[in-house]
Amino acid sequence: MIKEQIKDGLWKQNAGLVQLLGLCPTLAVTVNITNGVALGVATIFVMMLSNISISPIRNYVPESARVPIFILVIAGLVTIVDLSINALSKPLYDALGIFIPLIVTNCIVLARVEAFASKNATLPSLYDGFFMGIGLTFVLIILGAVREIVGNGTLFQNVHFLIGDKYEFLTIQLFDSSDGFLLAALPPGAFIALSALILFLNLVNQKR
Amino acid sequence: MAIIDSPAIKERSTVSMLMFTVILGLLPALFLQIGFFGYQILGNLFIGIGFALLMEAICLKLRNYPIRPFILDGSAFVAAWLLIISVPANIPIWTLLIGIFFSIVVAKHAYGGIGSNPFNPAMIGYAVLLISFPKIMTNWPISDGFEIRNFIQFSQFFSISNINETYDAIVSATPLDQIKTSLFLGKEVNVLPISFSILSPYQMIAMFYFIGGLFLVYKKVITWHLPLSLILSIYIFSGLLHLYDQNTYMSPLFHLLNGATFLAAFFIITDPVSSPTTLKGKIIFGILIGLITVIIRNYGGYPDGIAFAVIFMNICVPLIEKFTQPKVFGYE
Repeated sequence: MIKEQIKDGLWKQNAGLVQLLGLCPTLAVTVNITNGVALGVATIFVMMLSNISISPIRNYVPESARVPIFILVIAGLVTIVDLSINALSKPLYDALGIFIPLIVTNCIVLARVEAFASKNATLPSLYDGFFMGIGLTFVLIILGAVREIVGNGTLFQNVHFLIGDKYEFLTIQLFDSSDGFLLAALPPGAFIALSALILFLNLVNQKR
Repeated sequence: MAIIDSPAIKERSTVSMLMFTVILGLLPALFLQIGFFGYQILGNLFIGIGFALLMEAICLKLRNYPIRPFILDGSAFVAAWLLIISVPANIPIWTLLIGIFFSIVVAKHAYGGIGSNPFNPAMIGYAVLLISFPKIMTNWPISDGFEIRNFIQFSQFFSISNINETYDAIVSATPLDQIKTSLFLGKEVNVLPISFSILSPYQMIAMFYFIGGLFLVYKKVITWHLPLSLILSIYIFSGLLHLYDQNTYMSPLFHLLNGATFLAAFFIITDPVSSPTTLKGKIIFGILIGLITVIIRNYGGYPDGIAFAVIFMNICVPLIEKFTQPKVFGYE
């Protein structure tokens, strides 16, 4: 059972590249790896918790009122994440901005709750939330890395927001940031990089 | 017996003939540009167009299209040419190649090749370069005047190095850019050290685009609707602003002669693929591009806005065409 969730989450039903459900934060925050990881981890957390809190009550939720109820649960969980990030790392909170609260409206969370957790037992739902989140996080990291290197000439920029000030040395400056290909750091760059990733995925699928 | 379709009198008019005439129209301005700035532009054209044709061939190969007829239609040739004359001649060659890559591979072939591209390929390449490398794209070479020796110095042909680093003194912003900076610093326009009594090199080149454009209209490669509506629109809208406040807004003539007004009016917005086909649509298209250009030039962050205006209006073309369909005879 778990094998299927791994395969779906990481490749076959990848949230970022196949279902294209997490586009808003995927495109907006991935200016560097740090933002990608932070948003990815926050999404994993929300998806796991929302899946396991909705799966047990799935038989008691009336069909007609299910969406508001799901959204309420998700909103509660997102608020926890939002406040925690604010408390743990203020600079990271400022960098991610509106996109943490926006995880609520992130279609991927609601989609998994609706499509999986409301139809399956709790443990598979937990796996589903986790691996869907991991799949999205990988996409966010790759996008962040590409846009950071091409647009800004850095790798692991602002990584100390995530793991503490003493790790600031991890940031690598590959070339002078003023020589960067600015387009990559701007929104069109996100679209182009994402479409390149989808192209790659389709190519691999076609070869099989 | 062969059955002939209705226009029984046929002129030898193919896409490649069309593109050849467009290039003919561009030649006078190129001649002037070499006279003012030397052979560097020719080197750019040589390398840039070669790269564009290479990219075109690779894309056609990947998409399983026949390479020869599509290369010979000259559309990639013209797109690359338009992009190269839109950017400063002293641009580092790798930057130029990035622009050409975006215009041929991304803007043209990723959208389905000639006939299917919604955006003007040359302008996409230009916009990518402008927002990615603003420093390079706003440093234009300064001319010492039209000199015959510029035609003899073949050594300039392939000066690939980035001129900005070695000769700081010979590049400057364009007049549009200077005005913008001066206004930003709070100076009044009429005290600017720019003389309008004689035409600057860039304004002369603009006049030659005008002449080349008239040649295209004469040859019936383009109709007058698009250029005239764009030129009039820029003239009227910038004129209104100039009447409103003469110290802040430049005269309409200044807006016509500077920036890419004439180049865009005759050569860029007339791209048959990405502009409307209906007559009313063409006029609306030209007027709105002019309006957006005036707005960007006066209020926006970039010195010239034609590229963005063209790209923006390109997406509106299906809408414009939907509302300007001519009535079919015999129907209500």
